[in-house]
Amino acid sequence: MHISVNVDGVTYADEVEPRLLLVHYLRERLGKTGTVVGCDTGNCGSCTVHLDGHSVKSCSMFAVQANGHEITTIEGLARDGKLHPVQEAFRNNHALQCGFCTPGMIMQAIDLLADESDPDDETVRKGLEGNLCRCTGYQNIVRAVQDAAQRMKPGAGPKIEQHSDEHVTARQPVGGE
Amino acid sequence: MTATAEPEVGKARLRKEDARLITGQTKWTDNLQLTGMLHMAVLRSPVAHARIRNIDCSRATALPGVAVVLTGEDFAAEQGSLPCAWPITADMKAPPAPSLAVDQVNFAGEAVALVIADSAYHAADALAAIDVDYDELPVVLDLEEALQDTDLVHPDLGTNKCATWIFDSAETGSGTNVEDEIASAEVVLERTFRQQRLIPSFMEPRSVVVDPSADMFTVWSATQIPHILRWMLAAVSGISEHKIRVIAPDVGGGFGGKLQVTPEEMLCLLVARRMGRPVKWTESRTESMLSAHHGRDQLQKITMSARRDGTVTGLKVELLADMGAYLRLVTPGVPILGAFMFNAIYKFAAYRFVCTNVFTNKVPTDAYRGAGRPEATFAIERMMDELAAELGMDPMKIREMNWIKHEEFPFSTVAGLTYDSGNYEAATARAMELFGYEELREEQERRRSSGDPVQLGIGISTYTEMCGLAPSRVLGALRYAAGGWETASIRMLPTGKVEVITGTSPHGQGHETVWSQIVADRLGVPFEDVEVLHGDTASSHKGMDSYGSRSLAVGGTALVHAADKVLAKARRLAAHMMECDEADVEFATGSFSVRGTGTVRTLGDVVLAAHVAHDLPEGMEPGMDADATFDPDNFSFPHGTHLCATEVDTETGMVRISRYVAVDDVGTVVNPLIVDGQVHGGLAQGIAQALYEEAVHDEMGTLTTATFESYLVPSAADLPAFLTDRTATPATSNPLGVKGVGEAGTIASTPAVVNAVLDAVRHMGVRDIEMPLSPERVWTALQGGQS
Repeated sequence: MHISVNVDGVTYADEVEPRLLLVHYLRERLGKTGTVVGCDTGNCGSCTVHLDGHSVKSCSMFAVQANGHEITTIEGLARDGKLHPVQEAFRNNHALQCGFCTPGMIMQAIDLLADESDPDDETVRKGLEGNLCRCTGYQNIVRAVQDAAQRMKPGAGPKIEQHSDEHVTARQPVGGE
Repeated sequence: MTATAEPEVGKARLRKEDARLITGQTKWTDNLQLTGMLHMAVLRSPVAHARIRNIDCSRATALPGVAVVLTGEDFAAEQGSLPCAWPITADMKAPPAPSLAVDQVNFAGEAVALVIADSAYHAADALAAIDVDYDELPVVLDLEEALQDTDLVHPDLGTNKCATWIFDSAETGSGTNVEDEIASAEVVLERTFRQQRLIPSFMEPRSVVVDPSADMFTVWSATQIPHILRWMLAAVSGISEHKIRVIAPDVGGGFGGKLQVTPEEMLCLLVARRMGRPVKWTESRTESMLSAHHGRDQLQKITMSARRDGTVTGLKVELLADMGAYLRLVTPGVPILGAFMFNAIYKFAAYRFVCTNVFTNKVPTDAYRGAGRPEATFAIERMMDELAAELGMDPMKIREMNWIKHEEFPFSTVAGLTYDSGNYEAATARAMELFGYEELREEQERRRSSGDPVQLGIGISTYTEMCGLAPSRVLGALRYAAGGWETASIRMLPTGKVEVITGTSPHGQGHETVWSQIVADRLGVPFEDVEVLHGDTASSHKGMDSYGSRSLAVGGTALVHAADKVLAKARRLAAHMMECDEADVEFATGSFSVRGTGTVRTLGDVVLAAHVAHDLPEGMEPGMDADATFDPDNFSFPHGTHLCATEVDTETGMVRISRYVAVDDVGTVVNPLIVDGQVHGGLAQGIAQALYEEAVHDEMGTLTTATFESYLVPSAADLPAFLTDRTATPATSNPLGVKGVGEAGTIASTPAVVNAVLDAVRHMGVRDIEMPLSPERVWTALQGGQS
């Protein structure tokens, strides 16, 4: 089947098998290997991307279902060489260890912050329930999401990945960019 | 070159690794696409025990994209037996362990046939078209029944008993006879605990790519152990070791689960050799749960003797440990690692440990975070609470009575180890203060007396662990087949930048950051100027890899020694350059100077001089590189006090952790951000064992928890926020004073949580609940039923 999909700002036109999963289309056809597969039941959320600004699990969608839509992956978050505040916050708060769940976790966190501009601990934990991390115990992920919330415009809306970075003031313990 | 005046060690450096991980620029094994690459899919046995009567591949072979379908018979002559590196006794029974089953399957999930195809989709399609006839055999699942030898997992062995391993303090001279202590004791407690089977559940599924081109087998694998893997692949396949290069690129977690030489690694290698083309295999999550090794799975019978004043006098440990169907790399040794830890931080006269390893028709077990030590810590910390309850004493007071006092270090334990350092009083005092122990006890009393449906419990775990695996002579004495040293190289580049090559193999621990901090301090170079190379046997030619909280204590020490060798040579050359006596050369913040003069040469100047080699002292080789290999004299012994408060809803059985305080003493801390992160993640896994996770097999031996829907890896919503702090009693067994932190949280937290739940409901007649403490089990126990 023929599909036309905009991924990270570039439009791709491709012939795909109807059964091809979106995540495999992204990884194997487009080389977007930043998005990964961690399970086959939609539980782990490692493959989370945005479809028209909302998080979806790309292992649970066919590529053909993305026809005519805009996909944002972890690789399309940085703007003009500047990281998204949630990416920055994950780094600054040591919210990742092996980093395998991180792309999906960041994409889900951005979606969460679009709905909840100043989430409390419980809201963050419930909002990330569909994304598993085996390394961090989630403590620093929760902290990072709340930190990012403080550094982002409130209620930035569903296309939050296209926000301006001018309000970002990185809180960096030591080092940093 | 700028000097770094402020010490790097102790600094909360943000990680070097993160830039690629937060932007998706990571190199996972599954990302690799090589020209002409074939894809391997594995057909797995749906039954736990059967003879293979026939495999018909004809339908599968005819399907689109299929290059070949292979069975065990195709590899019978070349696949050999997967290695077990830890024959714990001279008479240990070890069945042959083919990578691909030839005529019998021994667990559900065992590899039976391979499809090699042009795409992963085509390979998966063809799996469904392979027809296998099985003659099913009786399955052996229960440990105690297995020992009756009524049905045998491996009939050729004649028994399901793999080995029995004994430590007795009366025999080794490290203590008295435990039977005497029990016979004369005022109090004897007997308890049985079950360490349920767990699945390590690293987030990155295993993946292997083998490229046979260019007269070399290049193996990429999501492994913790590239060096051991290379050695073992060569030993098993007969391919010369120098013709195998193993690369562990970015690896997404391991927790012991990737401390393995797997059938799939072996098979990818053999298929690549056979086909002359690159081959990739990436597992699904369900495949991972069905075939990657599991952890824990022990039955523990514990007998403790004590005086009525609370003094423990002896401990007898009788274990049954489930090996599963085969012995993988260190399967039989995992419970033995626990043998030295049941006595924990306590001093008592007598100790006996007897472990019987048992075969069953289940996935093989092997290392999982803590490997033997969580099991031991759970048992002793549960027993200390049982003793306190029996005697009506405060559980912290009874621990304090029995633990080794800080002034008694170094201390020779009843299990034969020497603990070099520790301060249990300090860690406990800090934890009690953070926790608000007395206030919570008062709150607990209020809820008890008012009959509150939500009862409060307080759980204690004052743990220690042996880390920094391991002194090679000790491993040899335990019949482990390899050493426990670690190696590091430092290459000074002509521009003054530094390449560090380590034999450790990080998969989330942050070695690139921490190793840079150590070298920056030692050589006085900027943190940013250090590049750490790892996980490639072509650049790092030897190493013992990462597991057992060993990387910093052993590999970090090798790094310090390599840096010191660089400095020793640089000092000699600096003296030559400054025309002075070497004894007059001082080194500080990256520069050499002559005492009492203004003459200075930076390390960069000296390195360049060594590189161009125009004017070197007599006999000095050009270049400025050094290798060092460190073999520790002793283990390191992190310890700490963990306190957990749980609210137990007695009407529903729901458990909620309302407060968790962890005060750990991991010695010197190089990077506090990373240490905290390791503790958090460790806690999550230990709490998961207490409350959520269990690998369950049905009566046919089918794993019924083979997805994340049924195997409950906790999400953010299932875990509390943790309050962590540290005390720092440096280890004396290495120059950094570090002890290791990777396993501490997992080891400590499980008994803290279970003790807390029991403390909440003990007054209602509940003495024990089997893990995981699901609402159903807690509720059932409260109804007076069998948990």
